[in-house]
Amino acid sequence: MNFRPSIVAFLCNWCAYTGADLAGTSRLHYAPNIRIIRVMCSGRIEPTFVLKAFQKGADGVIICGCHPGDCHYQEGNYKCLRRFKLLHKYTQQMGIEKDRLRLEWISASEGKQFAELVNDMTKTLLSMGPSKVKSSLEVEHLNN
Amino acid sequence: MPAEQTNPKPKLKLAIYWGSACGGCCVSVLDTHETLLDIVAAADPVFWPIALDIKYKDVEQMPDKSIDLTLFNGAVRNSENKHIAQLLRQKTKILVAYGSCAYMGGIPGLANFFGKEDIFNRAYIESESTNNPDHVFPATKYTVKEGVLEIPEFFNDVLPLNKVVDVDYYIPGCPPQSERLIEVFTAIVSGAELPPPGSVVGANDKTNCEECKRKKSDNKTIDRFYRPWEIQDDKETCFLEQGVICMGPATRGGCGVRCVEGNSPCRGCYGPPPGSEDPGAKMMSAIGTMINADKPEEIDKIIESIVDPAGLFYRFSLPGSILGRKVL
Repeated sequence: MNFRPSIVAFLCNWCAYTGADLAGTSRLHYAPNIRIIRVMCSGRIEPTFVLKAFQKGADGVIICGCHPGDCHYQEGNYKCLRRFKLLHKYTQQMGIEKDRLRLEWISASEGKQFAELVNDMTKTLLSMGPSKVKSSLEVEHLNN
Repeated sequence: MPAEQTNPKPKLKLAIYWGSACGGCCVSVLDTHETLLDIVAAADPVFWPIALDIKYKDVEQMPDKSIDLTLFNGAVRNSENKHIAQLLRQKTKILVAYGSCAYMGGIPGLANFFGKEDIFNRAYIESESTNNPDHVFPATKYTVKEGVLEIPEFFNDVLPLNKVVDVDYYIPGCPPQSERLIEVFTAIVSGAELPPPGSVVGANDKTNCEECKRKKSDNKTIDRFYRPWEIQDDKETCFLEQGVICMGPATRGGCGVRCVEGNSPCRGCYGPPPGSEDPGAKMMSAIGTMINADKPEEIDKIIESIVDPAGLFYRFSLPGSILGRKVL
């Protein structure tokens, strides 16, 4: 069976989402595996969002915000970075491989970088195979 | 029955059961002290393994929905726990998940960092005091000349009660504070209107920080985290402001902030506050913003001082959390 990784991406409204939009308007080709969720700021992204994505079957999660120093709300992206680091330590403890969760800074002009990020993440996930989070929760019910 | 019809206020039938539990929840019922006399005046315990010799087959013979209130404490760890959970659901009008283990998995739920195989290997082969050269593991069935012996099947996962049966109410706590139990019990006996099924009762709607009397400032920044033994607590400043991780911001109030009053940080046994289903995620959110660094490597260094985030943030709630278990 062909494995088609599904990636959930949380993009901030001001830089990353505009960057993704630019990738589209520039007609760049990139992997169709991404599902974008727009939030006002990367500082809005709660660990719950990421954990829910994995629980519901995402194979990978990307978080994108403005470059450090460029946040529309001054320091939301720094808050995002701190949370991300802590969350990343937790998800690895829970057996979710490191590369399934990524944080990247994408500015409004970086459509090309966004397309490359999606392609790169898709490639990584293809080599890793499907995430086992959802199935381990399902097996739990079947076994018991 | 005619005798009951003539009685203006028939006594309630009460069952208390322990699944995968330590016994502390049953003791918390006894900790109601003299109020226990009021409880037994209003309710007849019909099934309570720690106190009464009632067999499972006696419960099986009770009519459906004949038990008014069941306090189920302990998580579901094996087929016996599951069977009794299902049986009590069938026999009970109001089923309460009583205590952290029944609510979100509790301390036994930390076993979800491993699977059945790891646990059996550790317990029956690797542990220092074990001598088991033939690698004998517990079998659910064993034939002897008198017949077949059976023991419950050990599950791969620890489950909170609501993953096995429908639960009417949750009373959190490790163990629940006896005062809260009395309040809930009195409400049920008095026939007061009960909250909608699925509610957490016997607890507050705000976090522990709301009730905590320690001095708090708005500007919480942390340069390094300390484990409680690494620092001299000044006994008056917010633990988090001192760098000691306290689960207060991610924990529902109701216990009376007992641990902090005793100069120990909150460990989160009352579970997440309303509007948040995952206490660890809530805690990571709160702590993440307090870290006093902007550069990735500096942030890493501060986070290094949180040795075991998963075990610390999900001490009482791993099986009931979003991820539920470690992916093996």
